[in-house]
Amino acid sequence: MLFQPVNKNYHEFCIDRDPDLCISCKVCVRQCSYQAHFFDEARQKVVHDNTKCIGCHRCEALCPTAALNIRNKPSDFRTNKLWRPVFLQNIYKQADTGGVLLAGMGSPVDIPVYWDRMLLDASQVTNPSIDPLREPMELKTFLGAKPRKISVENDKNGKPSLKTKLSPQIELEVPIMFAAMSFGAINFNLHQAMARAATETGVVYNTGEGGLHKSLYKYGRNTIVQVASGRFGVHLDYLKAGVGIEIKVGQGAKPGIGGHLPGEKINDKVSETRMVPIGSDAISPAPHHDIYSIEDLLQLIFALKEASEYKVPVAVKIAAVHNVAAIASGIVRAGADIVTIDGMRGGTGAAPAMIRDNVGIPIELALAQVDQRLRDEGIRNQASIVAAGGIRCSADVVKAIALGADAVYIGTATLIAVGCTICGRCYTGKCPWGIATNDPKLSKRQNPDIAAKKLTNLIHAWGHEIEEMLGGMGLNSIESLRGNRDKLRGVGLSDTELDILGIKHAGR
Amino acid sequence: MKRVYPDKEYCIGCHLCELACITAHSASKDLIIAYRDERAASGLSPCKRVFEKGDTCVAISCRHCDEPSCVAACISGGLHKDPETGRTVYDRDKCVGCWSCLMACPYGAIRRHPIENKIVKCDLCEGRAEGPACVQACPNAALKYEER
Repeated sequence: MLFQPVNKNYHEFCIDRDPDLCISCKVCVRQCSYQAHFFDEARQKVVHDNTKCIGCHRCEALCPTAALNIRNKPSDFRTNKLWRPVFLQNIYKQADTGGVLLAGMGSPVDIPVYWDRMLLDASQVTNPSIDPLREPMELKTFLGAKPRKISVENDKNGKPSLKTKLSPQIELEVPIMFAAMSFGAINFNLHQAMARAATETGVVYNTGEGGLHKSLYKYGRNTIVQVASGRFGVHLDYLKAGVGIEIKVGQGAKPGIGGHLPGEKINDKVSETRMVPIGSDAISPAPHHDIYSIEDLLQLIFALKEASEYKVPVAVKIAAVHNVAAIASGIVRAGADIVTIDGMRGGTGAAPAMIRDNVGIPIELALAQVDQRLRDEGIRNQASIVAAGGIRCSADVVKAIALGADAVYIGTATLIAVGCTICGRCYTGKCPWGIATNDPKLSKRQNPDIAAKKLTNLIHAWGHEIEEMLGGMGLNSIESLRGNRDKLRGVGLSDTELDILGIKHAGR
Repeated sequence: MKRVYPDKEYCIGCHLCELACITAHSASKDLIIAYRDERAASGLSPCKRVFEKGDTCVAISCRHCDEPSCVAACISGGLHKDPETGRTVYDRDKCVGCWSCLMACPYGAIRRHPIENKIVKCDLCEGRAEGPACVQACPNAALKYEER
């Protein structure tokens, strides 16, 4: 196009506007936060600029006459298995800017998705399946350290009571939690929606590293507060506000990398919650500057336990990396009550694309190894395992629990439930769905009443499906599935993969 | 009585309510025909308008006030309060187009008909089975049709 740099014309998407249907009502013009649609005064009609389209589908979703279709641009570079178009595009971009490639949301790269390579069992003849609509089905889950054994004493009348002192636990009606997405990265409306949905469904949501707005303290019974390397919004009341504290060491999407919330996203509410000035960048360092060893981590865990008077479990979240099992073992020995493992497909508001797409390992392999290692060392009871990063449906949840997870975090799925189309431009702050933005005009696209309802529905729907799958396997409690890898079989996996996952091949 | 209440906190300024309004009040009941043809031919226009200032926007239409200034101002009996439904009802045949109601309305919710000497005012989509069209079309529940 005229006056455009040459490689601007290698854009990703095309906007198809059906001239028979388009009435130039400008709904698309008002919805597009990237100005891809505009009213052309000379032609007196709505037109568009394909180079600006990011493929979020907001216009398509709201077009009242269904005149719009967003599709991939059909023009292809010459087929080359090595130099795929994405590499060409990236190089053109970097040759123009000289900058690091930024990316949002989880990695789209083509690495094996092991969830799709594992199949569940069901009961036939020899053991009865269970109908969850007719018989009790228990999904209740407790996160926290469990005693090695319990002792019971009987009083004079023979009535038993528990003698063992139990560690604090997080009680979940369904083994699903809303993952850590900080206030600032996503806006207040969604934080409120997650808090309300968690309260409604009896699960918990994680505040992320951006602190907890004072108006959300009332949802504390369904909140895990996070402490990350930036220590944003961390103070005594915050630590005592929830039912758990999570130390975030790493994130699946960007292991080894800190965070950077651009100043444009720091408005008055974010500022008071994070305790940083309005408009200043909020930078989370890559490491915690007080953690350089397992011993240092132990100190922080116990500092937080001390501060919260040993009333809530302390979790440590790490990214799934090569030696994840050994690291997890150290974390448990350092006193963590919950270990959260975030796989490489986990989402992010912003990460360098090279890190997101090339660092870390898939959650399935990491989860299986961590569970096995903790069992082998006889310390599995000392901590619960939470799996995160790329959980797409209730079957993934069931498979994760069979691999050894106590519960899962859902982050991307949470956002999709409220409209996200994974366009991956979270880092621009212009999210057309009103999610990853604090722009007052855009963030009100998320009405917390609607969002809370959608999230509640999602948890209920997945809960029902989990009950159905459990019933089919002849189990009436999620406890009976936990770490029960006999319920899983692999398809099309190598011996090494099966060995790491600790499952048999289908047919065996 | 049930009224349409706008919520400026969550109005996203998409103007879909206006499009729903003209469709519901069109002869064809088809948005494309209504917008392209009926607007030009018969001056079809929405009873409801989205007002914007800065980051705030809100969709304003007749509030069917308990004590409507427009009814008091009307010189021809073209506006009256229905004692049963509570609605402020517009009788197009009686309207003489003096615009007294426009000036009396404190909300600016009454508008001139673009080509005829008449007014355009919300009738709460009387007779429409699904209720007011604007409420049904609002993608963000920023319009509520309810008793308050």
